[in-house]
Amino acid sequence: MKKLFALLFSAIIIASTVCGCGESSSADSETKSEHAGESIVVYNWGEYISNGDDDTLDVIADFTAKTGIDVTYLTFASNEELYTKLKSGSASYDVIIISDYMISKLISEDMLLPIDFDKIPNYQYIDKALLDKDRFSYDPEQQYSIPYTWGRVALLYNKTVVQEKPTSWNALWDERYKNKILMFDNSRDGFALAQLLNGDSFNSEDPEVWKKAAELLKKQKPLVRSYVMDQIFPMMSSGEAALAPYYIGDALTIMSQNEDVDFVFPKEGTNIFVDAMCIPKGCKNKSAAEEFINYMCSYEPAKANAEYLCYSSPQTQVIEEHKEYLREEFGDYAVEATYPESLEGCEAYVNLSAETNKLQTDLWLEVRAGSNYTRSVICVCVTMAILIGGIIFAKIRKYKRDKFIYS
Amino acid sequence: MTSKKVMALPYVFWMILFTIVPLGMVLYFAFTTEGGGFTLANFAEAAKYMPSLMQSIWLGMLATIICLLIGYPVAYIIAKASSRSQRTMILLIMMPMWMNFLLRTYAWMTLLEDTGIINDFLASIGLPRMHLINTEGAIVLGMVYNFLPFMIMPIYSVLTKMDKRLIEAAQDLGSNGVNVFRKIIMPLSLPGIISGITMVFVPAVSTFVVSKMLGGGEMLIGDIIESQFFGATYNPYLGAALSLILMVLVLICMTVMNQFSDDDEEALLI
Amino acid sequence: MKFLSKFYLAFIFVFLYAPILVMIIFSFNDSKSRSVWEGFSLKWYKDLMSDSAIIDALKTTLIVAIIASLCATVIGTLAAVGINAMKKKLKGFLMLATNIPMVNPEIVTGVSLMLLFVSIFGVFSAIGINLEFGMLTLILAHISFNIPYVILSVLPKLRQMNKHSYEAALDLGCNPLKAFFKVVMPEIMPGVMTGMLMAFTLSLDDFVISYCTSGTSAQTLSVVIYSMTRKSVNPKINALSALMFITVFLLMLIVNIRQMRDSDAKVGAKR
Repeated sequence: MKKLFALLFSAIIIASTVCGCGESSSADSETKSEHAGESIVVYNWGEYISNGDDDTLDVIADFTAKTGIDVTYLTFASNEELYTKLKSGSASYDVIIISDYMISKLISEDMLLPIDFDKIPNYQYIDKALLDKDRFSYDPEQQYSIPYTWGRVALLYNKTVVQEKPTSWNALWDERYKNKILMFDNSRDGFALAQLLNGDSFNSEDPEVWKKAAELLKKQKPLVRSYVMDQIFPMMSSGEAALAPYYIGDALTIMSQNEDVDFVFPKEGTNIFVDAMCIPKGCKNKSAAEEFINYMCSYEPAKANAEYLCYSSPQTQVIEEHKEYLREEFGDYAVEATYPESLEGCEAYVNLSAETNKLQTDLWLEVRAGSNYTRSVICVCVTMAILIGGIIFAKIRKYKRDKFIYS
Repeated sequence: MTSKKVMALPYVFWMILFTIVPLGMVLYFAFTTEGGGFTLANFAEAAKYMPSLMQSIWLGMLATIICLLIGYPVAYIIAKASSRSQRTMILLIMMPMWMNFLLRTYAWMTLLEDTGIINDFLASIGLPRMHLINTEGAIVLGMVYNFLPFMIMPIYSVLTKMDKRLIEAAQDLGSNGVNVFRKIIMPLSLPGIISGITMVFVPAVSTFVVSKMLGGGEMLIGDIIESQFFGATYNPYLGAALSLILMVLVLICMTVMNQFSDDDEEALLI
Repeated sequence: MKFLSKFYLAFIFVFLYAPILVMIIFSFNDSKSRSVWEGFSLKWYKDLMSDSAIIDALKTTLIVAIIASLCATVIGTLAAVGINAMKKKLKGFLMLATNIPMVNPEIVTGVSLMLLFVSIFGVFSAIGINLEFGMLTLILAHISFNIPYVILSVLPKLRQMNKHSYEAALDLGCNPLKAFFKVVMPEIMPGVMTGMLMAFTLSLDDFVISYCTSGTSAQTLSVVIYSMTRKSVNPKINALSALMFITVFLLMLIVNIRQMRDSDAKVGAKR
């Protein structure tokens, strides 16, 4: 039996190493980069890159083929998760793609490296209007980040379940759709919706505003089917859930999978965001990381990403074509949603003070942490009482028996 | 003889470095602020998560009790079977455990969904759809499913080792079936039950995968600890304090449980 | 009664296997749907085979499991021999420490190891050596949680052994090393093998501790599966489960048939 195990496992290992060799040999066709053979770690949002599904361009593979730089591509679910990973020091990354407010938080905590813009000639194609300081102040000196995509938060709903077109975020608090509602699984986006409904600013530093929002979120919790990020895709497209707030690009992707899904921008206003590429401190190969960023700003991958993700692209060569693509695939409303004429009612997140950030995470955990406190306590106490009663009973009986035997 | 004792040295060294020191680190973090000073504030903050802790304990207990109620008869039936079919059945019980438990939990996720197979089946035979996932019931089901073999195995191994002559003697002396079970089989299988309870309760109370996949919105204590170190709410100091509380709690539970059995050293081994 | 117990067992087996079966069936589904059958297809298997992240993870998992179980077996066996020779007090203390990783919730063990590695690496980077989470931390962590299982499966065998045979070997002129390998090892070999096998499977199956101690460069299969389940639906997971289940099933079948034949042969020989 033991020999058999050894045999089998060695067979598996040999098989897997052979597979591995076969694969790596295909990549060394043309090596253009001085960094060929080196490797970088890219940390991106889940479902946030054109990956070769449905005959699209596999951007990472294309980059490796063109430059010979190996990419370890990993994903996270939210800005906050990335922050934890960076802070805990258990891993190092070369390129990260994160949202505006997180960039300014990382800058303020001195966790990013300034990018060498000379190494990124394709930066010229990036839409400078996006970096309008009145709207986005996350990287005031333009040193640390290069935009990847931008967009707004929309309210998705399933037309077969939600009869009247929702106009307000309070549809997510509607009792009729109990267990059909999805909610953001990250504190900033989650709180923002409650604050919009309360008529407050999501950039407020007033603790009362945050507490009030937390109360509203607690009210919503019993109605929520799940707190999700990337899992929204299967849930909305299969009809498992009927209402969800999410980013507009993904909303379009979901609509192409399920015709019953539609979206609105609620009247209370919404969040506008830019996700940008940055290089964190602790980066092992800055120069190769810059090469990656430069590649991502070039026409082909930017186009592939725009069409695959349906997010608004900051790449000026791509924008017109992307609009055309959206018009054909979805219609004019999609163009307007992705590249809106006016950005009224949209506000960007601003990095909050350390105290407010702390309050925010605490309150968020408080919203999410266990409910049914009294019931749980009673049940635990009763079970414990029975257990301890049983022990005492058994001990007494044993004691009596022993006494009987020895007497 | 001393040369033999020396053989344990590598292990002693290893254990100190990778068991004792890490626990010391947890202890250290639990009592420090971000600046490095001594504080008890982490525990004051941890107190806010008592509801989660209580809920975890309750769900863990529930899962353990259900495992015991379901698992004991299984172990008993298998132990009474012929030795050939015993082996096959034990293999069948063990086999799901060899498959990654994330995959098993994922399987339940697809079954329990509102548009999942169970609900589609209910709808096709004309019954109303039920909301199954994202309930405490789903979490407990996931725990029972994943940890049931941990309950069956130790009970089974105790039952097979039992001296059959004791049962025969009791029967000869006029005991009926119920009495034989209550007075002989049950007390003798107690060590197995205790070790089964330990092996189910500890992972159940500290899980974060089952609750995340089947519970949807509910964060149990395991989720909260995970969230502090790897998730969206970075705070290793609070995480360490919660870990410490969880650890102490589990140790207390184990001590209480061990009061039942007189065997101390190997009660933990199957 | 007989019928009832059979029925009950059948029910339990359905409970244990139904989800796995459903997954295997849907791994052949042509569409992404997890509940509607839309025709037979093998495309998810093809996708799986070309997924380099999964293949890499499989390699990492096997390498970690093999190295960790071997190291744990060596350290654990030596430790068991040492502990067995100790006086009661010291032995009691060591056994207590050995039990810690086994009763401790996995998440606490994982987190404690992570904190340890982070601070050790912090010290190293201060003197200019940059280390990071990866294969090394995974293997160290796996060895640590494997050792107790090896010790606990070797100790009973040592206790059953006749103490005097080792001394007899010494008296007959063996040096201690030779005596150990010639006399003690064969006696405790079954325990050592059980321990190693247990360590190996625990290592293969572990998720929580790997999750806490893996970095960007090396991730085990369960960590990759976890990140897959958190993303959009991916029938590759079904295909992977099917393959894993079939591998385990065949392994178990072969082992079991061999064992049955062995035991039958033994019974025959006795007659």
